[in-house]
Amino acid sequence: MKALSIQNLKKTYANGFQALKGVDLEVDSGDFFALLGPNGAGKSTMIGIISSLVTKSSGIVSVFGHDLEKDTNQAKSCIGLVPQEVNFNQFETVKNVVSIQAGYYGIPRKQALAQTEQSLRQMDLWDKRDLVSRRLSGGMKRRLMIARAMVHQPRLLILDEPTAGVDIEIRRAMWQMMQEVNRQGTTIILTTHYLEEAESLCRNIAIINNGEIVEKSAMNSLLQRIHIDHFVLDIAQNLLVAPCIEGYEIELVDSQVLNVAVPKSHGLNRLFQQLSGLGIEVLSLKNKSNRLEQLFIDLVQ
Amino acid sequence: MNYSVAFRTILYKEIRRFTRIWPQTLLPPAITTALYFLIFGKLIGERIGSVHGVSYMDYIVPGVILMSVISHAYSNVVSSFYSTKFQHHIEELLVAPVPNWVILVGYVCGGIARGVLVGAVVTGVSMLFTHVSVANGWISISVLVLTATLFALAGFINAVFADSFDDISIIPNFVLTPLSYLGGVFYSLAMLPPIWQTIALGNPILYMINAFRYGLIGVSDVDIVLAFEMIAGFILFLSLFSLLLMHKGVGIKN
Repeated sequence: MKALSIQNLKKTYANGFQALKGVDLEVDSGDFFALLGPNGAGKSTMIGIISSLVTKSSGIVSVFGHDLEKDTNQAKSCIGLVPQEVNFNQFETVKNVVSIQAGYYGIPRKQALAQTEQSLRQMDLWDKRDLVSRRLSGGMKRRLMIARAMVHQPRLLILDEPTAGVDIEIRRAMWQMMQEVNRQGTTIILTTHYLEEAESLCRNIAIINNGEIVEKSAMNSLLQRIHIDHFVLDIAQNLLVAPCIEGYEIELVDSQVLNVAVPKSHGLNRLFQQLSGLGIEVLSLKNKSNRLEQLFIDLVQ
Repeated sequence: MNYSVAFRTILYKEIRRFTRIWPQTLLPPAITTALYFLIFGKLIGERIGSVHGVSYMDYIVPGVILMSVISHAYSNVVSSFYSTKFQHHIEELLVAPVPNWVILVGYVCGGIARGVLVGAVVTGVSMLFTHVSVANGWISISVLVLTATLFALAGFINAVFADSFDDISIIPNFVLTPLSYLGGVFYSLAMLPPIWQTIALGNPILYMINAFRYGLIGVSDVDIVLAFEMIAGFILFLSLFSLLLMHKGVGIKN
Protein backbone atom coordinates (compact mmCIF):
# COMPACT_ATOMS: atom_id res chain seq x y z
CA MET A 1 0.00 0.00 0.00
CA LYS A 2 1.30 3.45 -0.93
CA ALA A 3 1.09 5.96 1.89
CA LEU A 4 1.29 8.76 -0.65
CA SER A 5 0.86 8.78 -4.39
CA ILE A 6 1.29 11.95 -6.44
CA GLN A 7 0.72 12.06 -10.19
CA ASN A 8 1.58 14.96 -12.46
CA LEU A 9 1.07 17.54 -9.73
CA LYS A 10 1.24 21.12 -10.97
CA LYS A 11 0.89 24.43 -9.21
CA THR A 12 1.02 27.86 -10.76
CA TYR A 13 0.48 30.81 -8.41
CA ALA A 14 -1.64 33.84 -9.32
CA ASN A 15 1.53 35.83 -10.15
CA GLY A 16 2.42 33.26 -12.82
CA PHE A 17 5.17 31.52 -10.84
CA GLN A 18 5.14 27.80 -11.57
CA ALA A 19 6.08 26.17 -8.27
CA LEU A 20 5.43 22.57 -9.34
CA LYS A 21 5.88 21.41 -12.93
CA GLY A 22 4.30 17.96 -12.97
CA VAL A 23 5.63 16.08 -9.97
CA ASP A 24 5.26 12.29 -9.70
CA LEU A 25 6.11 10.71 -6.36
CA GLU A 26 5.24 7.60 -4.35
CA VAL A 27 5.99 6.89 -0.72
CA ASP A 28 5.56 3.38 0.68
CA SER A 29 3.59 2.70 3.82
CA GLY A 30 5.90 2.59 6.85
CA ASP A 31 8.71 4.45 5.11
CA PHE A 32 10.83 7.22 6.65
CA PHE A 33 11.13 9.40 3.57
CA ALA A 34 13.25 12.51 3.03
CA LEU A 35 12.06 15.28 0.73
CA LEU A 36 14.94 17.63 0.14
CA GLY A 37 15.44 20.69 -1.98
CA PRO A 38 16.83 24.22 -1.80
CA ASN A 39 14.70 27.16 -0.71
CA GLY A 40 12.01 27.90 -3.30
CA ALA A 41 12.31 24.46 -4.92
CA GLY A 42 8.64 23.60 -4.34
CA LYS A 43 8.81 21.49 -1.15
CA SER A 44 6.48 23.67 0.89
CA THR A 45 4.02 24.02 -2.00
CA MET A 46 3.92 20.25 -2.38
CA ILE A 47 3.41 19.71 1.37
CA GLY A 48 0.81 22.51 1.35
CA ILE A 49 -1.17 20.72 -1.37
CA ILE A 50 -0.94 17.33 0.38
CA SER A 51 -2.18 18.87 3.61
CA SER A 52 -4.94 20.96 1.94
CA LEU A 53 -3.37 24.35 2.74
CA VAL A 54 -2.63 25.15 -0.90
CA THR A 55 -4.95 24.65 -3.87
CA LYS A 56 -3.35 22.63 -6.66
CA SER A 57 -3.58 23.66 -10.31
CA SER A 58 -3.83 20.07 -11.57
CA GLY A 59 -2.77 16.51 -10.80
CA ILE A 60 -3.81 13.73 -8.44
CA VAL A 61 -2.86 13.26 -4.80
CA SER A 62 -3.87 10.08 -2.95
CA VAL A 63 -3.21 9.25 0.69
CA PHE A 64 -3.46 5.56 1.56
CA GLY A 65 -5.62 5.12 -1.53
CA HIS A 66 -7.98 8.00 -0.72
CA ASP A 67 -8.10 10.65 -3.46
CA LEU A 68 -7.58 14.02 -1.77
CA GLU A 69 -10.10 15.67 -4.10
CA LYS A 70 -12.87 13.05 -4.16
CA ASP A 71 -12.40 11.40 -0.78
CA THR A 72 -11.16 14.51 1.02
CA ASN A 73 -12.09 13.79 4.61
CA GLN A 74 -10.81 10.19 4.61
CA ALA A 75 -7.54 11.38 3.07
CA LYS A 76 -7.21 14.24 5.57
CA SER A 77 -7.87 11.89 8.50
CA CYS A 78 -4.74 9.92 7.57
CA ILE A 79 -2.42 12.95 7.69
CA GLY A 80 -0.70 14.73 10.55
CA LEU A 81 1.22 17.89 9.68
CA VAL A 82 4.03 19.59 11.57
CA PRO A 83 4.55 22.86 9.70
CA GLN A 84 7.70 24.94 9.46
CA GLU A 85 6.33 27.93 11.37
CA VAL A 86 4.58 27.95 14.73
CA ASN A 87 0.88 28.03 13.89
CA PHE A 88 -0.99 27.24 17.08
CA ASN A 89 -3.00 29.71 19.13
CA GLN A 90 -0.35 31.09 21.44
CA PHE A 91 -2.97 32.27 23.93
CA GLU A 92 -4.26 28.73 24.52
CA THR A 93 -2.83 26.32 27.07
CA VAL A 94 -0.66 23.47 25.83
CA LYS A 95 -3.42 20.95 26.64
CA ASN A 96 -6.08 22.93 24.79
CA VAL A 97 -3.91 23.33 21.67
CA VAL A 98 -3.79 19.54 21.36
CA SER A 99 -7.29 18.65 22.57
CA ILE A 100 -8.97 21.24 20.31
CA GLN A 101 -7.13 19.74 17.33
CA ALA A 102 -8.43 16.31 18.37
CA GLY A 103 -11.95 17.79 18.35
CA TYR A 104 -11.47 19.03 14.79
CA TYR A 105 -10.74 15.41 13.83
CA GLY A 106 -14.08 14.38 15.35
CA ILE A 107 -12.65 12.70 18.45
CA PRO A 108 -15.20 13.00 21.32
CA ARG A 109 -14.08 15.16 24.25
CA LYS A 110 -13.36 12.36 26.76
CA GLN A 111 -11.33 10.35 24.27
CA ALA A 112 -9.66 13.55 22.99
CA LEU A 113 -8.42 14.33 26.50
CA ALA A 114 -7.03 10.80 26.89
CA GLN A 115 -5.24 10.99 23.52
CA THR A 116 -4.00 14.50 24.36
CA GLU A 117 -2.37 13.14 27.52
CA GLN A 118 -0.80 10.27 25.59
CA SER A 119 0.51 12.61 22.89
CA LEU A 120 1.88 15.17 25.34
CA ARG A 121 3.56 12.48 27.43
CA GLN A 122 5.16 11.05 24.30
CA MET A 123 6.62 14.47 23.54
CA ASP A 124 7.62 15.00 27.18
CA LEU A 125 5.27 17.98 27.57
CA TRP A 126 2.68 16.63 30.01
CA ASP A 127 4.09 18.61 32.93
CA LYS A 128 3.63 21.80 30.83
CA ARG A 129 -0.01 21.04 29.99
CA ASP A 130 -1.50 24.03 31.83
CA LEU A 131 1.10 26.53 30.62
CA VAL A 132 0.00 29.15 28.06
CA SER A 133 1.69 27.94 24.90
CA ARG A 134 3.47 31.21 24.07
CA ARG A 135 5.56 30.72 27.23
CA LEU A 136 7.15 27.53 25.88
CA SER A 137 10.74 27.53 24.64
CA GLY A 138 11.41 27.18 20.90
CA GLY A 139 12.18 23.46 21.20
CA MET A 140 9.05 22.84 23.26
CA LYS A 141 6.91 24.67 20.69
CA ARG A 142 8.26 22.30 18.03
CA ARG A 143 7.45 19.31 20.20
CA LEU A 144 3.98 20.71 20.87
CA MET A 145 3.34 20.87 17.12
CA ILE A 146 4.42 17.21 16.83
CA ALA A 147 2.12 16.28 19.74
CA ARG A 148 -0.74 18.14 18.06
CA ALA A 149 -0.09 16.42 14.73
CA MET A 150 0.01 13.00 16.47
CA VAL A 151 -3.13 13.36 18.58
CA HIS A 152 -5.47 11.77 16.04
CA GLN A 153 -2.95 8.97 15.44
CA PRO A 154 -2.30 9.69 11.76
CA ARG A 155 -0.91 7.01 9.46
CA LEU A 156 1.18 9.59 7.58
CA LEU A 157 3.15 12.22 9.49
CA ILE A 158 4.60 15.11 7.48
CA LEU A 159 7.40 16.97 9.23
CA ASP A 160 8.34 20.22 7.50
CA GLU A 161 11.74 21.20 8.91
CA PRO A 162 10.79 20.13 12.43
CA THR A 163 14.24 20.72 13.93
CA ALA A 164 14.96 24.13 12.37
CA GLY A 165 16.44 26.48 14.95
CA VAL A 166 16.58 24.01 17.85
CA ASP A 167 19.80 23.14 19.64
CA ILE A 168 21.63 19.89 18.97
CA GLU A 169 20.55 18.22 22.23
CA ILE A 170 16.84 18.77 21.54
CA ARG A 171 17.37 17.88 17.89
CA ARG A 172 18.82 14.51 18.81
CA ALA A 173 15.99 13.90 21.27
CA MET A 174 13.52 14.73 18.50
CA TRP A 175 15.29 12.31 16.14
CA GLN A 176 14.75 9.55 18.70
CA MET A 177 11.08 10.48 19.01
CA MET A 178 10.62 10.44 15.22
CA GLN A 179 12.35 7.07 14.93
CA GLU A 180 10.13 5.66 17.67
CA VAL A 181 6.99 6.98 15.94
CA ASN A 182 8.16 5.42 12.66
CA ARG A 183 8.94 2.11 14.40
CA GLN A 184 5.35 2.06 15.65
CA GLY A 185 4.19 2.01 12.02
CA THR A 186 3.62 5.66 11.12
CA THR A 187 4.92 6.66 7.70
CA ILE A 188 7.04 9.81 7.95
CA ILE A 189 7.89 12.37 5.28
CA LEU A 190 10.63 14.69 6.46
CA THR A 191 11.89 17.89 4.89
CA THR A 192 15.00 19.37 6.40
CA HIS A 193 18.00 21.52 5.61
CA TYR A 194 20.12 19.42 7.98
CA LEU A 195 21.26 16.80 5.53
CA GLU A 196 22.91 14.64 8.17
CA GLU A 197 19.41 14.41 9.68
CA ALA A 198 18.00 13.01 6.44
CA GLU A 199 21.02 10.73 6.00
CA SER A 200 20.79 9.20 9.45
CA LEU A 201 16.97 8.92 9.69
CA CYS A 202 15.54 8.27 6.24
CA ARG A 203 15.46 5.11 4.14
CA ASN A 204 14.35 6.74 0.88
CA ILE A 205 14.87 10.18 -0.54
CA ALA A 206 13.57 12.52 -3.21
CA ILE A 207 15.26 15.76 -4.19
CA ILE A 208 13.17 18.50 -5.73
CA ASN A 209 14.56 21.48 -7.60
CA ASN A 210 12.76 24.16 -9.62
CA GLY A 211 9.45 22.37 -9.19
CA GLU A 212 10.68 19.00 -10.49
CA ILE A 213 11.90 15.82 -8.82
CA VAL A 214 15.54 15.53 -9.87
CA GLU A 215 16.39 12.44 -7.84
CA LYS A 216 14.45 9.66 -6.17
CA SER A 217 16.07 6.56 -4.76
CA ALA A 218 16.97 4.58 -1.66
CA MET A 219 19.30 6.51 0.62
CA ASN A 220 21.94 3.72 0.54
CA SER A 221 22.11 3.51 -3.23
CA LEU A 222 22.34 7.29 -3.46
CA LEU A 223 25.20 7.46 -1.00
CA GLN A 224 27.07 4.73 -2.89
CA ARG A 225 27.24 7.10 -5.85
CA ILE A 226 29.43 9.51 -3.92
CA HIS A 227 33.01 9.16 -5.14
CA ILE A 228 34.77 11.70 -3.00
CA ASP A 229 34.85 12.07 0.79
CA HIS A 230 36.05 15.23 2.52
CA PHE A 231 38.12 15.02 5.70
CA VAL A 232 39.64 17.50 8.12
CA LEU A 233 43.05 16.43 9.46
CA ASP A 234 44.70 17.82 12.59
CA ILE A 235 48.47 17.55 12.22
CA ALA A 236 51.39 17.86 14.67
CA GLN A 237 53.60 20.09 12.52
CA ASN A 238 53.15 23.78 11.69
CA LEU A 239 52.91 24.17 7.92
CA LEU A 240 53.16 27.30 5.80
CA VAL A 241 51.82 25.74 2.58
CA ALA A 242 49.56 22.74 1.88
CA PRO A 243 51.47 19.57 0.94
CA CYS A 244 51.08 18.45 -2.65
CA ILE A 245 50.11 14.77 -3.07
CA GLU A 246 49.04 13.41 -6.43
CA GLY A 247 45.39 12.31 -6.57
CA TYR A 248 44.32 14.27 -3.49
CA GLU A 249 43.10 17.84 -3.24
CA ILE A 250 44.61 19.37 -0.11
CA GLU A 251 43.90 22.78 1.34
CA LEU A 252 45.66 24.43 4.29
CA VAL A 253 42.97 25.78 6.63
CA ASP A 254 45.26 26.63 9.51
CA SER A 255 48.96 25.92 10.07
CA GLN A 256 47.98 22.65 11.77
CA VAL A 257 44.71 21.86 9.97
CA LEU A 258 44.22 20.40 6.48
CA ASN A 259 41.12 19.87 4.36
CA VAL A 260 41.53 16.85 2.12
CA ALA A 261 39.30 15.60 -0.70
CA VAL A 262 39.81 11.81 -0.81
CA PRO A 263 38.62 9.90 -3.91
CA LYS A 264 37.26 6.47 -2.93
CA SER A 265 39.57 4.90 -5.53
CA HIS A 266 42.61 6.24 -3.64
CA GLY A 267 41.56 5.68 -0.02
CA LEU A 268 43.04 6.94 3.21
CA ASN A 269 45.96 4.50 3.65
CA ARG A 270 47.81 5.91 0.68
CA LEU A 271 47.22 9.46 1.95
CA PHE A 272 48.63 8.63 5.38
CA GLN A 273 51.68 6.92 3.81
CA GLN A 274 52.39 9.95 1.64
CA LEU A 275 51.95 12.39 4.53
CA SER A 276 54.19 10.26 6.72
CA GLY A 277 56.80 10.29 3.94
CA LEU A 278 56.67 14.09 4.02
CA GLY A 279 57.23 14.03 7.79
CA ILE A 280 53.69 15.07 8.59
CA GLU A 281 52.09 13.31 11.57
CA VAL A 282 48.27 13.09 11.60
CA LEU A 283 46.84 13.51 15.11
CA SER A 284 43.13 13.07 14.28
CA LEU A 285 40.66 13.16 11.40
CA LYS A 286 36.93 13.78 10.97
CA ASN A 287 34.40 14.07 8.13
CA LYS A 288 34.35 17.64 6.92
CA SER A 289 30.68 17.47 6.00
CA ASN A 290 28.14 14.75 5.65
CA ARG A 291 28.33 12.83 2.42
CA LEU A 292 24.87 13.75 1.25
CA GLU A 293 25.64 17.44 1.25
CA GLN A 294 28.03 17.30 -1.70
CA LEU A 295 25.66 15.13 -3.69
CA PHE A 296 22.79 17.47 -2.93
CA ILE A 297 24.77 20.47 -4.16
CA ASP A 298 25.74 18.59 -7.34
CA LEU A 299 22.12 17.68 -8.05
CA VAL A 300 20.56 21.08 -7.54
CA GLN A 301 23.24 23.17 -9.23
CA MET B 1 -18.68 11.29 8.97
CA ASN B 2 -20.13 12.89 12.10
CA TYR B 3 -19.21 16.57 12.23
CA SER B 4 -20.99 17.43 15.47
CA VAL B 5 -17.78 17.04 17.51
CA ALA B 6 -15.87 19.41 15.20
CA PHE B 7 -18.76 21.91 15.32
CA ARG B 8 -18.94 21.76 19.13
CA THR B 9 -15.17 22.18 19.35
CA ILE B 10 -15.25 25.37 17.24
CA LEU B 11 -18.20 26.71 19.24
CA TYR B 12 -16.56 25.82 22.57
CA LYS B 13 -13.36 27.59 21.47
CA GLU B 14 -15.29 30.68 20.34
CA ILE B 15 -17.40 30.96 23.49
CA ARG B 16 -14.33 30.40 25.67
CA ARG B 17 -12.54 33.17 23.79
CA PHE B 18 -15.09 35.91 24.40
CA THR B 19 -15.96 34.84 27.93
CA ARG B 20 -12.26 34.70 28.90
CA ILE B 21 -11.85 38.33 27.84
CA TRP B 22 -15.22 39.46 29.28
CA PRO B 23 -13.91 42.91 30.37
CA GLN B 24 -13.36 43.59 26.64
CA THR B 25 -16.44 41.84 25.29
CA LEU B 26 -19.30 41.92 27.82
CA LEU B 27 -18.57 44.87 30.12
CA PRO B 28 -18.26 47.74 27.58
CA PRO B 29 -21.79 47.31 26.12
CA ALA B 30 -23.22 47.38 29.65
CA ILE B 31 -21.51 50.70 30.38
CA THR B 32 -22.18 52.29 26.97
CA THR B 33 -25.86 51.40 26.99
CA ALA B 34 -26.28 52.54 30.59
CA LEU B 35 -25.01 55.95 29.40
CA TYR B 36 -27.44 55.88 26.44
CA PHE B 37 -30.36 55.18 28.74
CA LEU B 38 -29.24 57.79 31.24
CA ILE B 39 -28.55 60.61 28.76
CA PHE B 40 -30.97 59.95 25.89
CA GLY B 41 -33.66 58.03 27.74
CA LYS B 42 -33.77 59.76 31.09
CA LEU B 43 -32.38 63.30 30.75
CA ILE B 44 -33.37 64.17 27.15
CA GLY B 45 -36.19 61.64 26.79
CA GLU B 46 -38.28 63.18 29.58
CA ARG B 47 -38.39 66.42 27.55
CA ILE B 48 -39.31 64.63 24.31
CA GLY B 49 -42.35 62.92 25.85
CA SER B 50 -43.93 59.91 24.13
CA VAL B 51 -43.40 58.38 20.67
CA HIS B 52 -46.10 56.16 19.14
CA GLY B 53 -47.84 56.18 22.50
CA VAL B 54 -44.91 54.92 24.60
CA SER B 55 -42.33 56.83 26.64
CA TYR B 56 -39.16 57.81 24.79
CA MET B 57 -37.14 55.58 27.12
CA ASP B 58 -39.30 52.54 26.25
CA TYR B 59 -39.13 53.51 22.57
CA ILE B 60 -35.31 53.44 22.38
CA VAL B 61 -34.77 50.25 24.44
CA PRO B 62 -35.32 47.77 21.52
CA GLY B 63 -33.03 49.74 19.18
CA VAL B 64 -30.25 50.03 21.74
CA ILE B 65 -30.43 46.28 22.49
CA LEU B 66 -30.39 45.31 18.82
CA MET B 67 -27.61 47.80 17.99
CA SER B 68 -25.42 46.07 20.59
CA VAL B 69 -26.35 42.64 19.21
CA ILE B 70 -25.42 43.73 15.66
CA SER B 71 -22.14 45.25 16.68
CA HIS B 72 -21.01 42.33 18.89
CA ALA B 73 -22.15 39.48 16.63
CA TYR B 74 -20.16 41.14 13.82
CA SER B 75 -17.07 42.03 15.79
CA ASN B 76 -16.84 38.59 17.42
CA VAL B 77 -16.57 36.76 14.13
CA VAL B 78 -14.48 39.35 12.29
CA SER B 79 -11.88 39.61 15.04
CA SER B 80 -11.80 35.90 15.88
CA PHE B 81 -11.61 34.61 12.32
CA TYR B 82 -9.11 37.27 11.25
CA SER B 83 -6.92 36.41 14.26
CA THR B 84 -6.94 32.75 13.27
CA LYS B 85 -5.76 33.82 9.82
CA PHE B 86 -3.20 36.27 11.20
CA GLN B 87 -1.71 33.73 13.62
CA HIS B 88 -2.02 30.97 11.00
CA HIS B 89 -3.97 28.64 13.27
CA ILE B 90 -6.68 28.57 10.62
CA GLU B 91 -4.34 25.86 9.27
CA GLU B 92 -5.39 23.63 12.20
CA LEU B 93 -8.91 23.63 10.72
CA LEU B 94 -7.88 23.42 7.07
CA VAL B 95 -5.75 20.29 7.53
CA ALA B 96 -8.52 18.54 9.52
CA PRO B 97 -11.50 16.73 7.97
CA VAL B 98 -13.86 19.63 8.68
CA PRO B 99 -16.05 20.74 5.76
CA ASN B 100 -16.29 24.44 5.01
CA TRP B 101 -19.92 24.63 6.10
CA VAL B 102 -19.04 23.30 9.56
CA ILE B 103 -16.33 25.95 9.95
CA LEU B 104 -18.79 28.63 8.85
CA VAL B 105 -21.61 27.44 11.12
CA GLY B 106 -19.19 27.12 14.05
CA TYR B 107 -17.90 30.66 13.77
CA VAL B 108 -21.34 32.13 13.05
CA CYS B 109 -22.83 30.37 16.08
CA GLY B 110 -19.98 31.82 18.15
CA GLY B 111 -21.00 35.28 16.91
CA ILE B 112 -24.67 34.57 17.63
CA ALA B 113 -23.78 33.40 21.15
CA ARG B 114 -21.92 36.63 21.89
CA GLY B 115 -24.62 38.76 20.25
CA VAL B 116 -27.39 37.10 22.28
CA LEU B 117 -25.36 37.27 25.50
CA VAL B 118 -24.65 40.98 24.97
CA GLY B 119 -28.35 41.46 24.16
CA ALA B 120 -29.20 39.87 27.51
CA VAL B 121 -26.68 42.09 29.33
CA VAL B 122 -28.08 45.24 27.69
CA THR B 123 -31.66 44.12 28.46
CA GLY B 124 -30.60 43.69 32.08
CA VAL B 125 -29.13 47.21 32.11
CA SER B 126 -32.29 48.65 30.53
CA MET B 127 -34.35 47.09 33.34
CA LEU B 128 -32.55 49.42 35.74
CA PHE B 129 -34.14 52.36 33.94
CA THR B 130 -37.56 51.11 32.83
CA HIS B 131 -39.89 48.14 32.80
CA VAL B 132 -39.09 46.10 29.68
CA SER B 133 -42.27 44.64 28.25
CA VAL B 134 -42.47 41.90 25.60
CA ALA B 135 -45.43 42.22 23.22
CA ASN B 136 -44.51 39.12 21.19
CA GLY B 137 -41.78 36.85 22.54
CA TRP B 138 -41.35 34.72 19.41
CA ILE B 139 -40.94 37.73 17.13
CA SER B 140 -38.48 39.33 19.57
CA ILE B 141 -36.33 36.20 19.91
CA SER B 142 -36.41 35.30 16.21
CA VAL B 143 -35.48 38.84 15.10
CA LEU B 144 -32.68 38.93 17.68
CA VAL B 145 -31.21 35.57 16.61
CA LEU B 146 -31.67 36.13 12.86
CA THR B 147 -30.10 39.60 13.05
CA ALA B 148 -27.15 38.20 15.01
CA THR B 149 -26.82 35.46 12.36
CA LEU B 150 -26.85 37.99 9.54
CA PHE B 151 -24.15 40.18 11.06
CA ALA B 152 -22.03 37.22 12.18
CA LEU B 153 -22.01 36.14 8.51
CA ALA B 154 -21.10 39.66 7.41
CA GLY B 155 -18.25 39.67 9.95
CA PHE B 156 -17.02 36.35 8.57
CA ILE B 157 -16.89 37.72 5.02
CA ASN B 158 -15.06 40.83 6.23
CA ALA B 159 -12.48 38.60 7.96
CA VAL B 160 -12.01 36.45 4.84
CA PHE B 161 -11.13 39.51 2.76
CA ALA B 162 -9.13 41.31 5.47
CA ASP B 163 -5.38 41.59 5.05
CA SER B 164 -4.69 43.76 8.08
CA PHE B 165 -6.24 44.82 11.37
CA ASP B 166 -7.23 48.10 9.66
CA ASP B 167 -9.41 46.09 7.30
CA ILE B 168 -11.46 44.64 10.14
CA SER B 169 -12.21 48.04 11.67
CA ILE B 170 -13.17 49.97 8.51
CA ILE B 171 -16.61 48.41 7.99
CA PRO B 172 -17.69 48.47 11.67
CA ASN B 173 -16.60 52.11 12.03
CA PHE B 174 -17.61 53.57 8.70
CA VAL B 175 -20.56 51.42 7.61
CA LEU B 176 -22.11 49.52 10.50
CA THR B 177 -22.13 52.24 13.17
CA PRO B 178 -23.60 54.98 10.91
CA LEU B 179 -26.25 52.60 9.53
CA SER B 180 -27.17 51.50 13.06
CA TYR B 181 -27.50 55.09 14.35
CA LEU B 182 -29.49 56.04 11.24
CA GLY B 183 -31.60 52.88 11.51
CA GLY B 184 -34.20 54.46 13.77
CA VAL B 185 -32.70 53.54 17.15
CA PHE B 186 -33.40 56.96 18.62
CA TYR B 187 -36.24 58.20 16.41
CA SER B 188 -39.32 57.16 14.52
CA LEU B 189 -39.37 57.37 10.74
CA ALA B 190 -42.32 59.73 11.09
CA MET B 191 -40.05 62.32 12.76
CA LEU B 192 -37.96 62.66 9.55
CA PRO B 193 -38.73 64.98 6.60
CA PRO B 194 -40.36 63.05 3.66
CA ILE B 195 -37.18 62.90 1.56
CA TRP B 196 -35.16 61.44 4.47
CA GLN B 197 -37.94 58.97 5.18
CA THR B 198 -37.52 57.61 1.64
CA ILE B 199 -33.72 57.49 1.97
CA ALA B 200 -33.95 55.79 5.37
CA LEU B 201 -36.06 52.98 3.86
CA GLY B 202 -32.92 51.92 1.94
CA ASN B 203 -31.17 51.12 5.22
CA PRO B 204 -31.65 47.39 6.02
CA ILE B 205 -30.89 47.90 9.71
CA LEU B 206 -34.03 50.07 9.95
CA TYR B 207 -36.17 47.00 9.18
CA MET B 208 -34.43 44.87 11.81
CA ILE B 209 -34.69 47.48 14.54
CA ASN B 210 -38.35 48.09 13.78
CA ALA B 211 -39.14 44.38 13.69
CA PHE B 212 -37.47 43.94 17.08
CA ARG B 213 -39.29 47.01 18.41
CA TYR B 214 -42.55 45.46 17.20
CA GLY B 215 -41.69 42.29 19.13
CA LEU B 216 -41.00 44.18 22.36
CA ILE B 217 -43.46 47.09 22.38
CA GLY B 218 -45.75 46.35 19.43
CA VAL B 219 -44.75 49.47 17.45
CA SER B 220 -43.08 49.55 14.02
CA ASP B 221 -42.49 51.98 11.15
CA VAL B 222 -42.20 49.15 8.59
CA ASP B 223 -44.04 46.01 7.49
CA ILE B 224 -42.90 43.12 9.75
CA VAL B 225 -43.27 40.48 7.02
CA LEU B 226 -41.06 42.53 4.71
CA ALA B 227 -38.51 42.87 7.51
CA PHE B 228 -38.39 39.08 8.01
CA GLU B 229 -38.12 38.49 4.26
CA MET B 230 -35.27 40.97 4.03
CA ILE B 231 -33.34 39.41 6.92
CA ALA B 232 -33.85 35.88 5.54
CA GLY B 233 -32.78 37.01 2.06
CA PHE B 234 -29.59 38.59 3.37
CA ILE B 235 -28.78 35.50 5.46
CA LEU B 236 -29.23 33.22 2.46
CA PHE B 237 -27.12 35.42 0.20
CA LEU B 238 -24.31 35.93 2.73
CA SER B 239 -24.23 32.19 3.60
CA LEU B 240 -23.87 31.17 -0.04
CA PHE B 241 -21.28 33.88 -0.67
CA SER B 242 -19.26 32.80 2.39
CA LEU B 243 -19.28 29.16 1.24
CA LEU B 244 -18.23 30.20 -2.25
CA LEU B 245 -15.30 32.19 -0.86
CA MET B 246 -14.22 29.26 1.29
CA HIS B 247 -14.56 26.81 -1.60
CA LYS B 248 -12.30 29.02 -3.71
CA GLY B 249 -9.92 29.45 -0.78
CA VAL B 250 -10.12 33.25 -1.00
CA GLY B 251 -8.09 34.80 1.80
CA ILE B 252 -7.40 31.48 3.51
CA LYS B 253 -5.47 29.36 1.00
CA ASN B 254 -2.64 30.19 -1.37
